[in-house]
Amino acid sequence: MATQHSRSAARLMMAPAVILLMGWMLVPLTMTIYFSFKRYLPLRGGDLGWTGFDNYVRFVTSTAFWPSVQATLVIVGGVLVITVVLGILLAMLLDQPMWGQGVVRILVIAPFFVMPTVSALVWKNMFMDPVNGLFAHLWRFFGAEPIAWLSEASMTSIIMIVSWQWLPFATLILLTAIQSLDSEQLEAAEMDGAPLLKKFYHIILPHLGRAITIVILIQTIFLLSIFAEIFVTTGGAFGTRTLTYLIFQRVLESQNVGLGSAGGVYAIILANIVAIFLMRIVGKNLDA
Amino acid sequence: MARAVSTQRKALNTTVAWTIGLLIFFPILWTILTSFKTEAQAIASPPIFIGFDWTLENYAVVQERSNYMRFLWNSVIIAGGSTILGIIIAVPAAWSMAFVPSKRTKDILLWMLSTKMLPAVGVLYPIYLLFIQMGLLDSRAGLVVVLMLINLPIIVWMLYTYFREIPGEILEAARMDGASLREELLYILTPMAVPGIASTLLLNFILAWNEAFWTLNLTAVDAAPLTAFIASYSSPEGLFFAKLSAASTMAIAPILILGWFSQKQLVRGLTFGAVK
Repeated sequence: MATQHSRSAARLMMAPAVILLMGWMLVPLTMTIYFSFKRYLPLRGGDLGWTGFDNYVRFVTSTAFWPSVQATLVIVGGVLVITVVLGILLAMLLDQPMWGQGVVRILVIAPFFVMPTVSALVWKNMFMDPVNGLFAHLWRFFGAEPIAWLSEASMTSIIMIVSWQWLPFATLILLTAIQSLDSEQLEAAEMDGAPLLKKFYHIILPHLGRAITIVILIQTIFLLSIFAEIFVTTGGAFGTRTLTYLIFQRVLESQNVGLGSAGGVYAIILANIVAIFLMRIVGKNLDA
Repeated sequence: MARAVSTQRKALNTTVAWTIGLLIFFPILWTILTSFKTEAQAIASPPIFIGFDWTLENYAVVQERSNYMRFLWNSVIIAGGSTILGIIIAVPAAWSMAFVPSKRTKDILLWMLSTKMLPAVGVLYPIYLLFIQMGLLDSRAGLVVVLMLINLPIIVWMLYTYFREIPGEILEAARMDGASLREELLYILTPMAVPGIASTLLLNFILAWNEAFWTLNLTAVDAAPLTAFIASYSSPEGLFFAKLSAASTMAIAPILILGWFSQKQLVRGLTFGAVK
């Protein structure tokens, strides 16, 4: 067992990581909370004193707030549904015996490694451009009027781009989970002549439950803060201004730091609600 | 693993899977193909898939016009620097948590994970302000530190899960034989830990390379990495599909190749050991 000596050594070895993360968490967080109670406009007079909960009230009562909450929910929800449903189907497909399985896996996973600014710009221009994009060519080929994707169907477009980026992640996690499924159980079901749908509902889906939960939680945390995909496509226009983007605009574009910081505190609270559930699952797994 | 199926069934699986796989990969393939076209061919209607005159001109133009090498170098320094620094700080921490666990180890691990959940936009202004005051805005050093901090929880976690798989008996045996802490680290642990450290390095390099919130908001000219370089193409100027494709291909090619080696680590690294 560990001696007293190794215990104090262990504490010493942990110290740098713990102190750094503590600082990274506490310093900016304290500052954000501090600014959120101030009227603070760096370009228009600077620090104009304390305002109590004024910023918090103004942030939620501004006309931009509820649309941004709605945009956030639609994007996060849309991407989650698409990636989880397609991810399950894709994972089940990839688990089947086939030729060139390794190569197909690589093809499916590839989008995850494309940097967000690249995927957003490639989709925006080469696929969704209303004149020269591939979709426009396709639409014209079938005699339809091309769509100006990012202005007429802005939310659909963003959801498509982000889903493309995150489908590999969902697929890979779910595939890993499916592969840990006892194949004897499946074979027994097959022998009994269980139809595919029954097999799916009674064996595969229950087994995937935990993995699906984890995919949903982790993706939610990342999706709540997508930024580059909106920054280079619509710039928050056409109803795609999410909560994250709204706060970014308040803080850096209009330099209303007090108001933006109050928004930041809301975003932190929101993320923490999701995080609590994720931490419970991860924590349980640590005990096992 | 391999369940016995008919060749027919296997052929069907193969066809469907390859079709879907190629469909998902298509945007990347199309970008790579377009990068070798002339601008006129890039927007030709109907689109040309393979039968065009392959040219390297776009790559030359992009290099010339935007000093691509500087952005690439910034990406390498920022992603590489933050990852290596993170590993140096995380190895001792993960080592002690895996081999000298205490009652608080689990709490510390979970707390570290919770810092990763802090939405970046919530602390954007404080970091921005601190960067201005410390003269770190648009500096590579500043970004190295920030990206190290945002990835540190993942690095600690990944290393912890790898280290925990090293049997503790080996260390105890070494201790019985009178090995010092230094010897234990150097001759026993390090060789066994190298694969885990390498995997961690790889995945976190990729994550840092693709990070696009802090790199976009904290850089302007000098320290801008490839994420910012590509974002500068968001306002089009004349014909630019082929050049955008060339720039994009150059930005993603190295990481796509590295990424293919890191599929397994991806699951471990991003689910914090909750899915195996």
